[in-house]
Amino acid sequence: MSKRTLMKGTVAIGEAAIRAGCRNYFGYPITPQSELLEYMAEQLPKRGGVFVQSESELAGISMVHGAAATGQRSMTSSSSPGISLMQEEISTIASAELPVVIVNVTRGSPGLGRITPAQSDYNQACKGGGQGDYKLIVLTPASVQEMAELTSLAFHLADKYMTPAMILGDAFAGQMMESIDEEALNPKFEEPEKPWAATGVKDGKRHMVLTAPFTDAELITLNERLQAKYRLIAENETRWEEYRAEDADILLVAFGTPSRFAKAAINSLRDDGYRVGLIRPITVCPYPYQVINEYAKHVSFFLDIEMNEGQMLEDVRLAVNGQCPVHFLGGGGGKLTPPDVIVAHVKELCGGDKI
Amino acid sequence: MTELYKRPDFILDEPFTYCPGCSHGIVHRLLCEVIDELGIRGDTVGICSIGCAVRIWNFIELDFIQATHGRALAFATGAKRANPDKCIFTYQGDGDAMSIGTAETIHAIARGEKVTVLFVNNTYFGATGGQLAPTTLPGQKTTTYPEGRTADRIGNPIRTCELLSTLDSEGYIARVALDTPAHIRQAKAALKKAFQTQLSGEGYGFVEFLGCCPSNLKLNSPVEAWEWIGNHSSKYFPLGEFKLPRSMQEV
Repeated sequence: MSKRTLMKGTVAIGEAAIRAGCRNYFGYPITPQSELLEYMAEQLPKRGGVFVQSESELAGISMVHGAAATGQRSMTSSSSPGISLMQEEISTIASAELPVVIVNVTRGSPGLGRITPAQSDYNQACKGGGQGDYKLIVLTPASVQEMAELTSLAFHLADKYMTPAMILGDAFAGQMMESIDEEALNPKFEEPEKPWAATGVKDGKRHMVLTAPFTDAELITLNERLQAKYRLIAENETRWEEYRAEDADILLVAFGTPSRFAKAAINSLRDDGYRVGLIRPITVCPYPYQVINEYAKHVSFFLDIEMNEGQMLEDVRLAVNGQCPVHFLGGGGGKLTPPDVIVAHVKELCGGDKI
Repeated sequence: MTELYKRPDFILDEPFTYCPGCSHGIVHRLLCEVIDELGIRGDTVGICSIGCAVRIWNFIELDFIQATHGRALAFATGAKRANPDKCIFTYQGDGDAMSIGTAETIHAIARGEKVTVLFVNNTYFGATGGQLAPTTLPGQKTTTYPEGRTADRIGNPIRTCELLSTLDSEGYIARVALDTPAHIRQAKAALKKAFQTQLSGEGYGFVEFLGCCPSNLKLNSPVEAWEWIGNHSSKYFPLGEFKLPRSMQEV
């Protein structure tokens, strides 16, 4: 039996990153994820890596870009306002087609907001927070164990597709301590060779990590190449969990922490005779449109639950494509929808009728 | 027969896109000569940034990483910390390094990052068409202040070398001009020291090159451009070495 250990979410990310071969961390303090920065500050130098506290988030993500361009696994982390500052560089990393990992432990916004847990950076993460037609691979952990697993996966996918990957968490998952299977901290994939790395002219061959094409035609080619890559990622890497969904007549959709509330609510509703299930997107970009579209053919309605004002709701509606009603429960700024609220809301939507 | 002067063999056979009288060509050449003489081409990575010289990679056959505007020294920090055995340089203009990138410049120098900075000061945002830079001279006309720079409206120019040399980090800081053969020889010597300071592990090397943007100054010839540096730019920005690493200080 594998060993279990008690760990905080942000620390699980840091440990999994180092074990996955992350050699470089650059970041700037911001609550609620400074423990990750501090973990990397303590661990990376003594494990052969590099830690630098940057003067700003702009500089931090740019240091990541510079280190990643030399072929080494590199990451940064921040929380909502800090991630906003990084958006230009994230677009640039996508255009340079470089593998990097970015962690957003989302806090309540807009503006400076507060450090309450939230999911209000969904659109920013999934719809291109920076300039241009680019996408990230966005992974949404719902537990401390998954924070570790998805961090390893993020490095693997970033290398595989030469694209930035983001761990989109919330302050609950980041701050919570949970028992995890220690094996979750270990990488499942080998790091590939990086012959493209810019480390000096070798054997008459030079390496260039450029972000701006030389001609107008090359920019069109770059856009076409990126879109083809994103289609391939959608085809191969869309991940989701189904919970008691198979026979469900009502489907909840939630990612991250609210999915845990949803599961508790489902168990309670099932006890009361309601056939309710959950689709939990694990990748929110690419989004599991197809599975939701299939279920929409059979269920009475969907209820989307988020800790924001309904950002993923648009994707659920796109997936459902009018086949059945889609309702929303949630709110931004740190508002929570605990299981009893979900249970009451589902019962209200059913008009008191059991299904 | 001894060959005394030749084209550095890793300047690519591409037509230069710089204007007649522009200083970038001279700096490109000096860069190649110094890298050649130090024998570090296989271990050198350039960080190119924004402006007319963003495509330095099209002219010089080295490894290059292209940075976002202002962020070159953060890129260089990442690349160098990850690869302490490599030689990393940035090639930046005054708008890049001292307007949008002021924080990155000051903090990289304050941290004593072991990188080399080629800072080409032509007193303009050149590529965007001659807007005011932090280095635009008093009275100098720009598209955004057509009546000329005045302190009451936009303040006075920043003297970058003087500012950076107040920081207690180890490195080499010099300002050179690209207006006469004698000054260009001094510029090459300074650039070599700036690379040597990085290679010895002592600290950073920062060289400010006073150049000219003849198109935005609406000058008529390269000769006028060179004269402008001597008559105007270097009057406000004095030439010299502002900081030396310990190994270069006289006992």
